[in-house]
Amino acid sequence: MNEMTVKIIVAVCYVILAPILGGLLDGIGRKISARMQRRVGPPILQPFHDLGKLLHKDPIHVAPSQNFLMMSYLFFVILTGGMIFLGMDLLMSMFILSTAVMFLYFAATVTGSPYSTIGATRELLQMVAYEPCVLLTCVGFYIVRGSFETAEIINGDISPIAYLPGIFVAFIFILTIKMRKSPFDISTSHHPNQEIVRGITSEIGAKNFAVFTLAEWYETVFLMGMVALFIVNKNPISIPVAIVVAFLVYFLELLIDNCSARMKADKMIKLSWMVTIIAAGANLLALIYIFK
Amino acid sequence: MYNITRSPWVMHYDGSSCNGCDIEVLACLTPVYDAERFGIINTGDPMQADILLVTGGINTQNAPVVKQLYDQMSDPKVVVAVGVCACTGGVFKDCYNILGGADQVIPVDVYVPGCAARPQAIIDGIVKGIGVFQERLEKMEKGELKNQEEKEEAGKEE
Ligand code: SF4
Repeated sequence: MNEMTVKIIVAVCYVILAPILGGLLDGIGRKISARMQRRVGPPILQPFHDLGKLLHKDPIHVAPSQNFLMMSYLFFVILTGGMIFLGMDLLMSMFILSTAVMFLYFAATVTGSPYSTIGATRELLQMVAYEPCVLLTCVGFYIVRGSFETAEIINGDISPIAYLPGIFVAFIFILTIKMRKSPFDISTSHHPNQEIVRGITSEIGAKNFAVFTLAEWYETVFLMGMVALFIVNKNPISIPVAIVVAFLVYFLELLIDNCSARMKADKMIKLSWMVTIIAAGANLLALIYIFK
Repeated sequence: MYNITRSPWVMHYDGSSCNGCDIEVLACLTPVYDAERFGIINTGDPMQADILLVTGGINTQNAPVVKQLYDQMSDPKVVVAVGVCACTGGVFKDCYNILGGADQVIPVDVYVPGCAARPQAIIDGIVKGIGVFQERLEKMEKGELKNQEEKEEAGKEE
């Protein structure tokens, strides 16, 4: 089997398995959250029931271009994860992710609804908050491995986390922002808090909301892949370890989500930049010193 | 036929109620009753909601609001009136500004009596509503229920 066929197989597996895994993670997350609140909680397959129902509802489009924008959003999110799992350029995939978010922004603002516009501008603020750390993460990987390609990054003797502990901490911090979990769910207010209705997704209903949900699942899997990237090295044992670490990180996100109230946007930016500069910046300076 | 009964998303609208029923609706989501077991989510967005819970009567001010919320929900959709106020106007029935129950402006599928309606009764009402919800989907797929586009066209012809 040549390299091309392997790549195609991996890509197909990713496109099919990622939403299943993402949906399961979502379901497990909702169950764990419910248990944390001493509730029984929905069944683990609940997210799939939700998706099925959304697909069966009558479509409503507030603006004609919304369908196209949402599909583009999904496409670019899938592309981002695909590039990571196919061992391509990390930096490039991060730029594609930003493009995807722009499509979501337009899908929300094109409707002209004040609530989804507020949500969309807040989404941009979230981007401002997490983007520096994402860039520093890529740079950190580059300094350690001498390449932006994920295929090279997983091919080292020691796990990158040994060199990048500060960047790892900063990345976990911005993960909460990226996954739109409390205390940083400022762009999509969660179910019980409805002061901006549903934020960026206010005007996204029925099938378009199903597309949004799917994109979120792909995104979760891709972000967990990024976490795993910190752990994986040449040794095959590191792969199960990476999966366990990714699960632990997901659990930590749920815990933070369940025991914190929403923060103001400006506080979020200040805090995330502070963590980025202190943890990731110091880590990077040390790296430059070590690898000089 | 696809089974959509496992994921009813509820939107709650508070008409001119005394807030007694609203508290009971929220009580359904607490650990004691935990409506999320059935996949029920309390969403604030009509575009994502399947079931409209109305509490309190309809007055001249909120009648257009209820109508608009109902119109923004996508088919299939169900309306559940919670409490005697939403069913008939209740204790406020004879007030000068009250038009009556929710069925004065939108078609109501399930009436949940009580003042205030108990959480058990509300969950029971929603579960009844879920049955109607599935029936609507079946009708919609058979073509018996007009979908959004056909409605828009019919609107244009008028
Ligand atoms: S039915 Fe009773 S408790 Fe409910 S809103 Fe009316 S007066 Fe209040």
